[in-house]
Amino acid sequence: MTITEESPESTLEVGQPRLRKEDQRLITGRTRFTDNLTLPGMMFLGMVRSPIAHAKITSIDVAEAKASPGVVAVFTGSDLADDVGPMPCGWPLSPEDKVPEYYPVAREEVNFAGEIVAVVVARSAQAARDATELVDVEYEDEQVVLDLAAAAAGPPYVHPDWETNVSTHWVFDSAEAGTGTDVKDEIEKARQDGIVLERTFRQQRLIPAFMEPRSYLVDPTGDQIVFWSSTQVPHFLRVFAAIATKTPEHKLRVIAPDVGGGFGGKLEVAPEEFITLAVAKKLGKPVKYTETRSESLQGAHHGRDQVQRLTLAATKEGKVTALHVDLLANMGAYMGLVGPAIPILGAYMYNAIYKFAAYRFEVKNILTNMVRTDAYRGAGRPEATYAIERLMDDLAVELDMDPLELRAKNWITAEEFPFTTVAGFEYDSGNYEAATAKAKELFDYDGLRAEQAERRARKDPIQLGIGISTYTEQCGLAPSRILGSLNYIAGGWEHAEVRMLPLGTVEVVVGTSPHGQGHETAWSQIVADKLGVAFEDVEVLHGDTQVAQRGLDTYGSRSLVVGVTAVLKAADKVIEKAKPIAAHMLEASEDDLEFRGGHFWVKGTDTGKSLAEIAFAALQAHAWPEGIEPNLDSTASFDPEVYSYPHGTHLAAIEVDTETGAVSIRKYVAVDDIGKVINPLIVDGQVHGGLTQGIAQALFEEAVYDDNGTLVTGSFVDYLVPSAPDLVDFVTDRTESPALYNELGAKGVGEAGTIASTPAIVNGILDALRPFGVKDIEMPCSPMRVWKAIQGAQPMTQESATPGEAQPHFSSEGGQA
Amino acid sequence: MRISVTVDGVTYTDEVEPRTLLVQYLRYGLGKIGTVVGCDTTNCGSCTVHLNGLSVKSCTVLAVQADGCEVTTIEGLASDGELHPMQQAFHENHALQCGFCTPGMIMQAASLLKDNPDPSDQEIREGLEGNLCRCTGYQNIVKAVRQAAGSVQ
Repeated sequence: MTITEESPESTLEVGQPRLRKEDQRLITGRTRFTDNLTLPGMMFLGMVRSPIAHAKITSIDVAEAKASPGVVAVFTGSDLADDVGPMPCGWPLSPEDKVPEYYPVAREEVNFAGEIVAVVVARSAQAARDATELVDVEYEDEQVVLDLAAAAAGPPYVHPDWETNVSTHWVFDSAEAGTGTDVKDEIEKARQDGIVLERTFRQQRLIPAFMEPRSYLVDPTGDQIVFWSSTQVPHFLRVFAAIATKTPEHKLRVIAPDVGGGFGGKLEVAPEEFITLAVAKKLGKPVKYTETRSESLQGAHHGRDQVQRLTLAATKEGKVTALHVDLLANMGAYMGLVGPAIPILGAYMYNAIYKFAAYRFEVKNILTNMVRTDAYRGAGRPEATYAIERLMDDLAVELDMDPLELRAKNWITAEEFPFTTVAGFEYDSGNYEAATAKAKELFDYDGLRAEQAERRARKDPIQLGIGISTYTEQCGLAPSRILGSLNYIAGGWEHAEVRMLPLGTVEVVVGTSPHGQGHETAWSQIVADKLGVAFEDVEVLHGDTQVAQRGLDTYGSRSLVVGVTAVLKAADKVIEKAKPIAAHMLEASEDDLEFRGGHFWVKGTDTGKSLAEIAFAALQAHAWPEGIEPNLDSTASFDPEVYSYPHGTHLAAIEVDTETGAVSIRKYVAVDDIGKVINPLIVDGQVHGGLTQGIAQALFEEAVYDDNGTLVTGSFVDYLVPSAPDLVDFVTDRTESPALYNELGAKGVGEAGTIASTPAIVNGILDALRPFGVKDIEMPCSPMRVWKAIQGAQPMTQESATPGEAQPHFSSEGGQA
Repeated sequence: MRISVTVDGVTYTDEVEPRTLLVQYLRYGLGKIGTVVGCDTTNCGSCTVHLNGLSVKSCTVLAVQADGCEVTTIEGLASDGELHPMQQAFHENHALQCGFCTPGMIMQAASLLKDNPDPSDQEIREGLEGNLCRCTGYQNIVKAVRQAAGSVQ
């Protein structure tokens, strides 16, 4: 047969800015978001939510609601007691952690405003919602626990039986772990003859605010129960829902159809999910629940919400010797799926790209009368990065050094990789010098510094600041062995199947579950190269437990580095299985064959067979060699041995109007090293969106509760998701040091922008305002807070600076300067 | 109340409750699920459609107010199998990720160009202020609108 020329190198798919396969249905409105789905006889749920943050439920009267037009049933917590068990916490940090029982519908008490106390089932969504207002609940108020420091210190308690609000106290110490020296010794040394910085930073509470409100639909009418959910984690949902509702796992099929964003916010199993399943089973009818935005803001989990008390010790030459991190983390009233572990996802990252001699991290997870916190983009690592990057800037100020020079003095140099950090993790690759050099050039660092000096000198009312963030992050969740050592309930492996169809096209089935990331496109590019098939001939299937039976879903920048490694291993097996068949078809020895460009070739000849031909031969299985399975399809599971460590240098030019407090971004340069890039178009999109969420923390967003524990920012009127005019065009570029421990050399990009940008913005604001004596501004840096900081600050003088000695540690107020 | 509305070129006559929102009528009355609901407060713009050629947030229009009107949704924007230039531009510039805000964003962007065929980047950003996107950071959306402006001219 005639064989076409082998594809030249330049036609490789990986690295090309392929337009997305996913787009067609999304730009024409042919979407399958859960709320778009309709089933015959479908019922709708309305949730009755507590308006009170902490109370005993003394009575619930559902009579009027039950009599309301269109209402089919009303259930309270006790009505559903036999139908659904408590919510799972998959990651307590130790077996001794205090994990409160969390029932999807409250039974005797409520512990946050927004907690569900009754469920209305009706024949229309409107009827259900109308009737929720007719359920009469009597409460007996209890003392509300909101302030983190006060909650840590003593009564009143959220769950009084424990006589504490501290769920756990978790410590990593480099001296105890044998990964470094003793923090106390190093700080003591620095107090005698060095510099000690002591700071308290507040990571305000944020809301993931995915655009698609959560929606669930359960059809219990078939032999199997089918559960559509706007989830990031269909595989987790199947297991936990099966346990909670005593549904045999093999009788439960979970489908994540089109999912409108998640950002960690849909990395949960939600009370509303369990309720929808339990009610559908109880009534034997299809049941749908779609939350309103205000329900989403008050009832879906939040993120961040930590107080960071930090002590950094350094020599007078600017070499950091020790970092002590002491956290209070607000869990809310109950534990989310992985909520208790969010702080420790940052625990190994506070040392960031630097070489510190000693490191200690400790966290107390605190219970309060707020909705639970859990994963939100970056999860633990943005908090860590913010803390260390703020400290490095402050240290540079103390030493009167350029903040980039100070960082360079402390960072791991390119020659030192692989490098084991003081937190005990090995960074496989990186080049901080290269990323920083590129960022400085794109930014015109020297030019902007000169302009800054000039504007300072002429007392320009609009001052310029330069914000720096040289971040790294720990991606690719995760080695199961490490997760096990941290008491996580699940593993971190991933699974894939590659199916060669008889006509030569390919189905790739993955256990990851994308919701906007463009995996269908990027994975098609990777498989096209691997198997030598056309990009268009690859179909990526996911998000349905009947199709993709095994998997651990999408979060933590894991899908590419962990998930695709499984895909590539399955593809390797396809090639291995095809080989003896090709040898049979070509009447050649297997040793004489080589696989190139989608064909097995007889070495040194132009005789070969394509995978498509071999797949068709497998369909026929005529004249089949003995002992060979007539099937090329293959599966593989992959458990990473290590994390990956993307890094980068982000520089922000920030203009601050000193008369009004208004902050604007003039220029933002992001140079990221995420290893091998599969699709630069998609990578840029991930970075843009990530940057925006980090900038939103710095400037706009905060979930605010009033003194009664009511969420004040309960709609998009008050919770300030930025819109287009709030932002600028970002300059993005990359350097590339491939990851060493996965076949692609990829590191992950989903969280990078969010992790890096928050400190870049705040450092920029402070850099603009340091001549006014401003040392700290609490996030979000609203015009009011910036203006107040300028009004309240004392101009910096020689006397007010504190080089060479410790500042007094945490003020008695325990708050910020 | 009885209303008669032309949606994406087809005229429908239906009884609706007076409180029915236009978006509820489109989604649950007509099955026009391409138009989605992202908030309760007219902030997010996911539900944007054209009402007699003007962009409106269909969560803030009653179905009865659309009586006798022409409504165009994302599902009616393409014609004769050809994508609208704004749809094409969103695809070519990677101006969407999860795609939930996209129908509203495209409808608003198309309306923006009708009012101002050659907007500056700042005018594009301000013209899209009422539409929230959580995925893209807006950069590629602005780029897409700029490209569509070029192709419309």
